[in-house]
Amino acid sequence: MNRTGLIIQREYLSRVRKKSFVVMTLLGPILMASLFIVPILIAESGSPQQEMLVLDETDLFTGYLADNDEVRYTYLDEMDLDQAKTQLKENEAYGLLYIPCGQHCDLNYIEKSIQIYSEKTIGIDLKYGIKRQLEREIENLKLRRDSVDLAKIEAAKTAITISTISLEGEKEEENFSEATTAVGFIMAFLIYMFIFLYGAQVMRGVIEEKSSRIVEVIISSVRPFQLMLGKIVGVAMVGLTQFLLWVILTFAIVTVAQLAFFGDTYSSTEIASQMSGSEGEAAMQAAQNEAIPKIMKVIDSINFPLIIGCFIFYFLGGYLLYGALFAAIGSAVDNERDTQQFMLPVTIPLILAIIVAQTTITNPESPIAFWFSIIPFTSPIIMMVRVAMGVPTMDLVISMISLVLGFLGTVWVAAKIYRTGILMYGKKVSYGEILKWIKFKG
Amino acid sequence: MSLLLAEQIVKDYSGHRALDDVSIEVPKESIFGLLGPNGAGKTSLIRIINQITAPDSGRIVLDGTPLKPEHIEQIGYLPEERGLYKKMKVGEQALYLARLKGMSTSDAKAKLKDWFKRMDMIDWWDKKVEELSKGMAQKVQFITTVLHEPKLLIFDEPFSGFDPINANLIKDEIMRLRERGSTVIFSTHRMESVEEMCDHIALINKSKKILDGKLSKIKEDYKNGIFKVEFHRGTLPTELPADMVVLEQDSSSTRIQLTNGASSNDLLQKLLPSIQIDHFSEVVPTANDIFIRTVQNAAS
Repeated sequence: MNRTGLIIQREYLSRVRKKSFVVMTLLGPILMASLFIVPILIAESGSPQQEMLVLDETDLFTGYLADNDEVRYTYLDEMDLDQAKTQLKENEAYGLLYIPCGQHCDLNYIEKSIQIYSEKTIGIDLKYGIKRQLEREIENLKLRRDSVDLAKIEAAKTAITISTISLEGEKEEENFSEATTAVGFIMAFLIYMFIFLYGAQVMRGVIEEKSSRIVEVIISSVRPFQLMLGKIVGVAMVGLTQFLLWVILTFAIVTVAQLAFFGDTYSSTEIASQMSGSEGEAAMQAAQNEAIPKIMKVIDSINFPLIIGCFIFYFLGGYLLYGALFAAIGSAVDNERDTQQFMLPVTIPLILAIIVAQTTITNPESPIAFWFSIIPFTSPIIMMVRVAMGVPTMDLVISMISLVLGFLGTVWVAAKIYRTGILMYGKKVSYGEILKWIKFKG
Repeated sequence: MSLLLAEQIVKDYSGHRALDDVSIEVPKESIFGLLGPNGAGKTSLIRIINQITAPDSGRIVLDGTPLKPEHIEQIGYLPEERGLYKKMKVGEQALYLARLKGMSTSDAKAKLKDWFKRMDMIDWWDKKVEELSKGMAQKVQFITTVLHEPKLLIFDEPFSGFDPINANLIKDEIMRLRERGSTVIFSTHRMESVEEMCDHIALINKSKKILDGKLSKIKEDYKNGIFKVEFHRGTLPTELPADMVVLEQDSSSTRIQLTNGASSNDLLQKLLPSIQIDHFSEVVPTANDIFIRTVQNAAS
């Protein structure tokens, strides 16, 4: 094995064997899986059906309120309020809905006077459910009172849908920008996190070698550049390993949990629609049968080979670029406390990128999104968002070339700083000093 | 025949010349002392030999061929600023460092086990470095430096951090390595070790080499006709010729400097009538004397 390979191996093994790596690798998927599972569990378990007593003095709403999973309505006849209250206690019912008549059962009076009595706290969902139903009925009653034709009003109600059709390519295809945007943003955010987490690991590794004074022993066997690159690549492989394990374990846990908790009753499409949040839920409620093909269509509309290819490219390119800079910072300081002054210029482009990523979602063709997706310091994040939403091939090519040039450039500069920095001890280093190091030859 | 030749090495760091036209020649199978005050440029020269940095001009020849990357396998370097990965196990780490020097795993393992047994530290193999004392860690470092049996060994302050017993152990190991054919460059401020071990020395001061050669020859050159006389009975003659200067004296010893070609026999003839001589010898300057005198002369 060549020497760089040996260094990569050591960097990789020494990190993968650490307890913290094992703990993080196991904990991550559990947290991720619980994000998927807990909402389903909550939806599934629910609370047992409660009894709600209704004392309707007006007789206008009897039988109107619909029972559901949470509540069952029992209508009380021939009672006054006090009797109803006693009944509430005896039945151990959840609550008592009281609709008073007043003197003339006037609708304007009723709408202000409805009350719920209960010994327990009334859930907000239940209260608003009742409110909504009664409101609609009172509205209808008012309209009828004023002789308005309900059928006409019903016919006038409108709900429009707009489909966006992409004209790019030969066939017109419906695209689902919400879903693709989410995929792009998640990937951009993963790149951002990966650069920060593992870039910092590279930096700490360099500082460790410097402060333990082993660095001079090593660079009498290998060139400083090999040591730096070996560390960056080794840490990258640790990151990829962790990422891969997370994906596999999360998938495994979700699958196992699904079988254990829900058996066959919950199909995977239902879980998929649960995961995609309110959008999926709405679709489910609207029409179960239409939902599944729609989800399939959304999934089909995402160009996975392109997105995954770009993800790996920008993931590695961005990490190499920043990893080299983090290594250079580590080499210039004696301990982690001194890194602050150099960290700022490195982290600002990253933070800026994640901010611009959010505006890119709403306006993917803006000049700022364009330039940020070309500049190699921000392109791994911004271009990832744009790729998911669809991007001209030319932009993508320019961005990729500039990222390759960018990381070659930063690795070259970082190697120069690193070479001198790792042998400098006990000296507070300024930017001017670092500039000199870059200019050194040989 | 020299193992290492450094010719007219110049190295500049921004605005500061670390090495100014320095040439040294290290004979094969010798122990070569590279001496000089702090900041003189010793470490810069050593780093150039190790190809950690490159000289601005000049060239290095190792065993007849100009220095090239493959040569690192033939050099073992123990830097002054040295350490180990604290969290790594001793054996694993020694193996890693040996493999970086180009040894195969099996070869490195066998040799390491031998060394560890001989130095009575085989129990440390699975310990983490952070559990070792400083002296123990230094021993591990010494072994990893010499394990690949390089032609050239470079030790920068090898004894720092060792107690006298272990320092002696390391000294014996260095001598043994020399006997087995290694050449040693040895940089230190401990002049008594230079005295004991070095065959050749070079003295660097303020980026320039100001002295080099065989230590015994240099000592010869630095003799200045001072004789030490120990005696009992009698007193020194009060009148001595002008070319015999008494530097110091007490009731039983004296130091006399001879000038203008006066010989030791002349001095003995003058002394014999008045005192009973127990001991008569020429004072040979110590490495320490030579160091101080040369550096001070260079300054003035």
